[in-house]
Amino acid sequence: MSPSLDFDRVTVDEVSRHFGRRRAVSRVSFVAPRGSVIGLLGPNGAGKSTLLAMLATLLRPSGGSIRYGTIQAAGAPPELRGRIGVLGHDLFLYPELTARENLAFFAGLYGRRDADDAARVALTRAGLADRGDDLVSGFSRGMRQRVALERALIHEPRLALLDEPFTGLDESSTRALVTRLQGLRESGAAIVLATHDLDVADGLLDEAIFLREGRMVDSLSRPEGLRAAYRRAMTGPSRS
Amino acid sequence: MRKYFVPLAAVATAMFLYAPIMIAQAPYESTMGLVQKIFYYHAPSGMVMLVSAIVCGVASAIYLWRGTPAADRVAMAAAELTALFGLIVIVTGPLWARKAWGIWWDWEPRLTMSFVGWLISVSYLFVRKYAGPGSDKLGAALAIFGSVNVPFIYVSVNVWRTMHPKTTVVPSLQPGMRGPFWFSFLALLLLYLLLMTARVHLERQRTALDELYLAEEDAS
Amino acid sequence: MIRVAWLILRKDLTVEVRSKEIVYTTLFFAVSCVLVFAFALVREGRGPEDGAAGILWIAVMFAGNLALGRTFERERQSETLRALLLAPASRPAVYVGKLLGILVLLFGAELLLVPLVALLFQARLLSHPFWLTAIMTTGTVGFAAVGTLFAAMLVRARSRDVMLPILLYPMTIPVMIGGVRGTVALLQSPPDTASVTMWIGLLVCMDVVFVTIALWTFEPLMTE
Repeated sequence: MSPSLDFDRVTVDEVSRHFGRRRAVSRVSFVAPRGSVIGLLGPNGAGKSTLLAMLATLLRPSGGSIRYGTIQAAGAPPELRGRIGVLGHDLFLYPELTARENLAFFAGLYGRRDADDAARVALTRAGLADRGDDLVSGFSRGMRQRVALERALIHEPRLALLDEPFTGLDESSTRALVTRLQGLRESGAAIVLATHDLDVADGLLDEAIFLREGRMVDSLSRPEGLRAAYRRAMTGPSRS
Repeated sequence: MRKYFVPLAAVATAMFLYAPIMIAQAPYESTMGLVQKIFYYHAPSGMVMLVSAIVCGVASAIYLWRGTPAADRVAMAAAELTALFGLIVIVTGPLWARKAWGIWWDWEPRLTMSFVGWLISVSYLFVRKYAGPGSDKLGAALAIFGSVNVPFIYVSVNVWRTMHPKTTVVPSLQPGMRGPFWFSFLALLLLYLLLMTARVHLERQRTALDELYLAEEDAS
Repeated sequence: MIRVAWLILRKDLTVEVRSKEIVYTTLFFAVSCVLVFAFALVREGRGPEDGAAGILWIAVMFAGNLALGRTFERERQSETLRALLLAPASRPAVYVGKLLGILVLLFGAELLLVPLVALLFQARLLSHPFWLTAIMTTGTVGFAAVGTLFAAMLVRARSRDVMLPILLYPMTIPVMIGGVRGTVALLQSPPDTASVTMWIGLLVCMDVVFVTIALWTFEPLMTE
């Protein structure tokens, strides 16, 4: 992992994306510095997943730009992807492989020479050290989520992108995830997560960005009382 | 190109009106008689089809690596016209063969090659129409592969066919035929350019319409 | 680059060895294919001349189409193809890894199909193993190179099941011609080695060109 490819903030500058006639994201701007948790909040179809895909360099914006430190997303070298970790809606796990094999595979893919050790550590972090050699297809949703999260973070990324990470998690798993994210923030990662779960997000976020129909209708720093703020943002006129 | 469109269309019309006169005046080919005259549509169409396929391939490459939307529009138009002129070739071919040699299809190398090329252009059109999001890039890759494949198709079909006895003999042009032949070629090429212009223009209008929709959404 | 391709290949093989789903279904399909052709074309115990070569290659291409579809369907399930694209690996390396996996599968199928066709159609396919291997290898690589690219492109497209054969078959006609004619030349007695060499040479050209273009275009194709 070349240290020169590190960055201390991710800048999203007037980013838009359309698919034919449909505007998915419209002129969104924010900054995600190191050691912070940014929340993307909004109803389905608001553009959260599209925005995360653009941050992951999977999609190119139709307008505006994304910068990782000083590096522009467009034309960035493949090594940049090694500093980004993504937990998608679909978990990115091979059901026919064991948890350990999944983790070791992705660790190797991301250039970690000590892939097997990394896999072992990740399994312990996920609390699944004893289930490491079971096929992922036999896991419950919560267990898969935990493995998927560790897979996303196995290369210690500078930017972690999480799409609805709390979906289908029970109480204890949710608390464990919150603790993990807070630890991640302490270690200096920038975290951008999209979620519906306002109660969990309350107190976790350093900044909340409210999206409606692709547009940024409001943003709050250190928000509290997210439910009320969300209701205001979704029903009131745009305040950006 | 825009302001020349109408005068060039007039020229093309004139050429097409005059062409039958030229063709009728051209000497009769010794063995095939009147039927051979279909050649004046068949062969130039084949040449225009090849030109169109190359245009499509080059435009697709530009689109894939530079992302220029205009290149995509040109590629789309060129593919449609490749299919059109290809259709002319593979319809006039058997018609000619039937009358001249009594069989509809005998796997003649160039005709078969045109058929395969036509299939590839039609598959491009299917992709653009039915494959959903991302079909522009898919089509571009298809067109690039297709264009590069042309020499391979030609060589393999040619060698494959030379192993069987030839029943067709493509005549070498008698001097009296060269005039009408090149005239027909120019007429068809002009027609091709006009159709391309019109088609690309249509695509540009479509994109502009999409952009208007997007601007409308932004404003609201 | 090679490291990444190797990792992906090993992963694909592990997955396949566990479930064996694609292997079994592809082999079974290929065998059924050959049988269908046999019943359709064999008359009074003899197949049509040159029939063996044609049937062999048709079975390979049909089976290959099926295998390609299934392999990438798997990658679509948990969006793992996206995960592969997210890795810092160069994208052509991902292509090479998947291509190698498909080749292993197809070569395995051919190991079964060649003796089967030789048996059913009394074709002396196995008497010149060196030439046969050369023809089968170069032809299969050409087919798989184009097929892997198209199948990867189609992962996120609509109607992908029907699109793959529509795109793949016209494009790989020269490969099929080369493969079949080369095999036919090999089956003459004595084998027409001049023709065989010529077809192998042509197939090698096609392979080089197709793989090169695929490597060039994979990156821009996979970014939206």
